[in-house]
Amino acid sequence: MKFVDEFRDPDKARALIREIETLLPEIPRSDERPLQIMEFCGGHTHTIFRYGLEQMLPGAIELVHGPGCPVCVLPMGRVDDCVALAERPEVIFTTFGDAMRVPGSKKSLLQAKAEGADVRMVYSPLDALALARANPDREVIFFALGFETTMPSTALTVLAAEREGIDNFSLFCNHITTVPTIKAILDSPDMRIDAFLAPGHVSMVVGEAPFRFVAENYGKPIVITGFEPLDILQSLWMVIRQLAEGRCEVENQYRRIVPPEGNSAGLEAVAKVFELREFFEWRGLGSIDHSGVRMREEYVRFDAERKFPVPSLKIADPRSCQCGEVLKGVIRPWECKVYGRQCTPQTPMGALMVSSEGACAAYYQYGRLAVEAQRGQAG
Amino acid sequence: MNGTITLAHGAGGRAMRELIDTLFVGGYGNDLLAALEDQARLELDALVARGDRLAFTTDSYVVDPLFFPGGDIGKLAITGTVNDLAVGGARPLFLSCGMILEEGLPLDTLRRVVASMKATADEAGVQIVTGDTKVVHRGAADKLFINTAGIGVIPAGVDIRAARARPGDRILVNGWVGDHGAAIVDARGELALDNPVETDCQPLGGLVEAMLAACPDIHCLRDATRGGIAGVLNEFATASGCALHIEETAVPIRDTVRGVCEILGLDPLYLANEGKLVAIVAPEDAEPVLEAMRAHPAGRDAAIIGEVTESPAGSVILHTGFGGERIVDLLVGEQLPRIC
Repeated sequence: MKFVDEFRDPDKARALIREIETLLPEIPRSDERPLQIMEFCGGHTHTIFRYGLEQMLPGAIELVHGPGCPVCVLPMGRVDDCVALAERPEVIFTTFGDAMRVPGSKKSLLQAKAEGADVRMVYSPLDALALARANPDREVIFFALGFETTMPSTALTVLAAEREGIDNFSLFCNHITTVPTIKAILDSPDMRIDAFLAPGHVSMVVGEAPFRFVAENYGKPIVITGFEPLDILQSLWMVIRQLAEGRCEVENQYRRIVPPEGNSAGLEAVAKVFELREFFEWRGLGSIDHSGVRMREEYVRFDAERKFPVPSLKIADPRSCQCGEVLKGVIRPWECKVYGRQCTPQTPMGALMVSSEGACAAYYQYGRLAVEAQRGQAG
Repeated sequence: MNGTITLAHGAGGRAMRELIDTLFVGGYGNDLLAALEDQARLELDALVARGDRLAFTTDSYVVDPLFFPGGDIGKLAITGTVNDLAVGGARPLFLSCGMILEEGLPLDTLRRVVASMKATADEAGVQIVTGDTKVVHRGAADKLFINTAGIGVIPAGVDIRAARARPGDRILVNGWVGDHGAAIVDARGELALDNPVETDCQPLGGLVEAMLAACPDIHCLRDATRGGIAGVLNEFATASGCALHIEETAVPIRDTVRGVCEILGLDPLYLANEGKLVAIVAPEDAEPVLEAMRAHPAGRDAAIIGEVTESPAGSVILHTGFGGERIVDLLVGEQLPRIC
């Protein structure tokens, strides 16, 4: 398929891996442990597993699968709030597909739907607005979810609702921000990550500048990365070249999509509608300052949290769950005490088992080969 | 007979009689049904002449929308059950047809479905010999549900079972994978594609007959419906305790289907099919079976997609076109589009 297969060319992949192997010995190392490179974004994690990239890499590179799956990191209390909203008789609750299965403390949206709640899957917030237009006697709530990637489309939908005077539409806003979260990971005392792949689609919106602190303040190379398997290999080669040359900067591998300055129209809409929350709760990582947004006072009538009562209960992660350590690369997914036993994709306990983009679910579903290979190496 | 289905059409009286006579008996047109006894009566001698075992199966059809590019619920209700018989090596012969109609269903819709069932049954060489009709209140069913059961005869000597995959065996598929699943996504109108995908809905009895003629000792054979070819491959791997290795680039997938999957974050290996089968045969039989498949219209685009080995036992491994490997597991639930 044109414009897709070019980015999945096995010959180019082999060539890149050879280049990486040549560069690796040039990296000055003080110990024998593998290089840890974190891909922040769940989309990258998905690509890595889907194409079996991990086993193709030299053993000296360890990929750490970061917290960039907005579905995974949603705390259970927020899912309970979704269910409470969806179960109101006047409400049509609209959501992206993969958020339907995320378990709350009692049930998921999929279960609420089976019990009679009007939950509908949409592909865009504009689909939700169209439903509001078509059902003036119902309240349509859109489950706004995701990093900066999906924020502009939500913001523009709110602005469209305002322009058209549609008052039976609101957002349950769970948008989260990338930079404070990367910073929280970098500040954590057990962090050992050597370099980062930055999320391509987030960067398309925010541009290159917000990632500079990673290189400048923390001394870690970071490369903005696309989502095809060759994108990821090329970016790995780019961070390794930085490490080998003793450089440390923000580089942009995904230039075909990401302009250095980002998308100013999108950012403008986001700034108009949203403001930073003081803190936001993450499943697996706990509370992180300024890591979420809410609706500004001017748009409060489109805010489902203020339009309707929500329980807003804080549900603690199960104690045995080690998602936080997996997210920071301290342990590998299969080293978690509950991985594959109490915690499976059918009965997820922790964030990372919830969606196919979560590191644990990805290992469970696609990666057993890699686990066996690495256990073999270790043993 | 214009108008719509009412509760009277299921009440056992004159309206029901008329519906059965004109629409069903007239529509399906065969003597066994036209006798209008409470059961169809099948000659044993004719069955025994064809083989030594009966194959018996049933399936229900609740697809939404009722009509989609390249097919409809009626065609599906025939091919689905016929194919379940055929992949056991059976020659499909007789079907039953139970219909649950929602009050308010346009009669013309029902007429179109019945005509499609008749045409597909003729193509598959089966007869609809007994049936049942129920009408339920508006909202108690979604327009029209169909159940069909089928009987076929398995020739002596044919022994097709999921557990018979052996190391060294080859894995074959009879053509483009995922068309039906993509057609249904497209027909729901949520994507508005410029080049609609057509369902692959087709009866496979003739194809299986041709394959058995080329190689009576086919080891495994299943039609890949819900759960896609990934589902069937996992069933073979689990039942046989072998490992099934699939070459990603060898699996026939249309560009339009790949496109739908790329947009929605779906995996074509898990998309439903309604006219696709996966076969496992001994290595020396692979080429003759492939040739026989390609000579039949339902197998024109057949391909050898992989090989069976001993380990890792019970697993399906995909060798990606990119050079990596991954496990193809069963889905946890329904495939859902990804957020980003």
